[in-house]
Amino acid sequence: MNRTSGRWAALTVVAGLALTACATGTSGPEGGADVEFDSGADVSGGLSVMGFGAGDEVATARLDRVEDAMPDVDVELIEGDLDIQQFLSSVAAGDPPELVYANRDQIGTFASRGAIIPLDDCIEGEGIDTSQYLDSALQQVTFDDHIYAIPEFNGLAITMANSELLSAAGLSIEDVNGSDWDAVTAATETMMVDDGAGLSVIGFDSKLPEFLPLWAKANGADLLSEDGRTAQLNDPAVVEALEWAVNIYDLQGGFGAVKAYRDSADFFGEGNQFATDVLGAMPMETWYVNVLQDASPDAPMMFDTVHSREGDAIAYGSGSSWAIPADSANPEAACRYMKIMTEADSWLAAAQARADVRAEEGQPFTGLQPTANTEADAQIREMIGDDVPEPWASAIDAAYEANDNSFSLPANPADAEFKSAWQDAVNRVLNGQAEPQESLDQGQEEAQEALDEAWAQWDEQG
Amino acid sequence: MTATTQRTPAAVGATRPRQAQRVNRRRETRAALLFISPWIVGFLVLTLWPVLYSGYLSLTDYDVFNAPNFVGLENYQRLAADDDARRAIGNTFFYAVIQVPLQVIVSLALALLLNQAGRSSGFFRTVFFLPRMTPPVAVGVLLLLLFNGQDGLINEVLGWFGIDGPNWTTDSAWVKPGLILMSLWAVGSSVIILLAALRNVPTELYDAARVDGANPWQKTTRITVPMISGALFFVFIINSIDALQSFTEAYTAYFGAGNSTYSNEAAEFYSIYLFREAFEFLHMGYASALAWVLFVIILAITLVQLKVSKRFVYYEGDQR
Repeated sequence: MNRTSGRWAALTVVAGLALTACATGTSGPEGGADVEFDSGADVSGGLSVMGFGAGDEVATARLDRVEDAMPDVDVELIEGDLDIQQFLSSVAAGDPPELVYANRDQIGTFASRGAIIPLDDCIEGEGIDTSQYLDSALQQVTFDDHIYAIPEFNGLAITMANSELLSAAGLSIEDVNGSDWDAVTAATETMMVDDGAGLSVIGFDSKLPEFLPLWAKANGADLLSEDGRTAQLNDPAVVEALEWAVNIYDLQGGFGAVKAYRDSADFFGEGNQFATDVLGAMPMETWYVNVLQDASPDAPMMFDTVHSREGDAIAYGSGSSWAIPADSANPEAACRYMKIMTEADSWLAAAQARADVRAEEGQPFTGLQPTANTEADAQIREMIGDDVPEPWASAIDAAYEANDNSFSLPANPADAEFKSAWQDAVNRVLNGQAEPQESLDQGQEEAQEALDEAWAQWDEQG
Repeated sequence: MTATTQRTPAAVGATRPRQAQRVNRRRETRAALLFISPWIVGFLVLTLWPVLYSGYLSLTDYDVFNAPNFVGLENYQRLAADDDARRAIGNTFFYAVIQVPLQVIVSLALALLLNQAGRSSGFFRTVFFLPRMTPPVAVGVLLLLLFNGQDGLINEVLGWFGIDGPNWTTDSAWVKPGLILMSLWAVGSSVIILLAALRNVPTELYDAARVDGANPWQKTTRITVPMISGALFFVFIINSIDALQSFTEAYTAYFGAGNSTYSNEAAEFYSIYLFREAFEFLHMGYASALAWVLFVIILAITLVQLKVSKRFVYYEGDQR
């Protein structure tokens, strides 16, 4: 190395070390320190919202109400699902959005790391009535006794079935709604068709891995303790639920065969599995009712809630929520925004907008996907009336009954690791890499380790 | 007698041009630095600084939201005992060991064919290169369609020969072979490099071989391959680095938004594991340690390849 290149190398290393020494990272939670939330005060300034798009009339009708109520606030939407890389980058750069629209199962992690602020002052100052929100949804955004986000929609699964396949097999919706697992197994065997060249009709799709929490709950078990501290993945009832749900696939040639056939279907089009009579039944989120209604209005459908083995309606609820980042530059406007977006009047305005669109299309108004606002849901249900034809009327009844009986996993500081642990455990079984008990034992170990570490950090912070 | 040293007029005359040369060189250096300064600034700020900073982060516990907390070598100790990281390394090596030679062999075969194509070679060169233009995310989605066990094109073609194809996208034993085969989709750039090298092989060598009675196989193995060994080595080394960092296609197909809950550990390459640790679990410090270990692994493999290449690679004008 000559003298010149040596000098350059030294300069580079020194510059690197100097930059490293100057690095301070991002600051800890500071937001909310000198913020005053007051429902009577005017709010102004910019409000960037990350993760929310005004893609339909349900969003725009509520956004219109926000703009009417906060004329001096310049709302900027960063559309699309919340991009965690984008959010982390903005936080690392010290320029987070004023408001984020995050999945409820991310709230525990964000809260425990001080990335979002507790909403106690916001709720009190803006006079937000938390009793209007669904308990299970609110529980999912409540961490260490503080509410960190305001829940919005409530995603739920109900039982969807092809009535012609059921009737041809001499079965009813009760045989596939989960209340009797032996009946579901028998219905699967009866309705499935494998002519030797591959599966041509799926009898029942137990929708693993996503619905393990649902089947575990149906069998009387929760994956996580109520306080969010103890994983219960290898509880015998969870193991039994997984064995049963996997067996449903095994009866039909294995998960690989069912998934391959499922993936080859025109899921969102008129050639969907129900319309083409190649799927007997499955639990599925309520938004799919709208897809079926639009794409294949004449599909022979039947709907019901999913039932526990005790015969009660149950639903695994998940969905989105609004949260204020710790360094939000305009938390007052953010708080007002989330209040307006989730209040009953806004939902009613959205429902009216949807009803108008449906009327223009000559279609009956079938309501909105259930929200996490119970008051709004009750009023929207009244708006729907009794004119909705079957089978869609049954779908609406099932969706609201499911909403009334929904449960969710409690917030915890390691929710990403916890989710990964149980999903990986199910996937190992589906991929033929492990047996249910062995895989759930491994998942339990991984989940508990992550929970213990995250809770220990949180407890240390005091 | 006093001895004095005097510069002769000739010596003075020689010094002046040297000074002028030095001034010119300095001026040229300044101009060159000025012209490349955008790149230098970009390199320092966007490459060197993040690299150095990630080295520092690898010694910390860092979640982005809070300041990094120095933990020494803890992340590296954790990595040494991490079964999941070992599995990811295993998946990556399995993929690279098969994919890289296969990619080179297929590229060479196609380049040899193209070299014989005469006037139409330009058309086929474009055809072979076009798939390379497909975004890797789209290739990941395409993989799920082509390799669908029920009605994918691959199994349909296998069916013509009476072969009952596997469930490529869910059967753990077939996931990596599927990804390896799919990687051939992007073989175009290697083909173009090898084709350019083939065009530079002197035709006199083939003429001499023909006179000596060499058959096509002998010409290929004794003349073509040695003469393009430099390009082959380049393709090999670039593909090796690419394979060890493989991410997008497998992530899209098995871990991305299209598969929000279903995933397959058999497809979890090291880069995917690193990404999940960083952006799903917010273990930025640990992910930085993973990144540095990957860097060291790739560096070591590349150095070994460079060492070995001295025995097998021929460069025109090489004195060996």
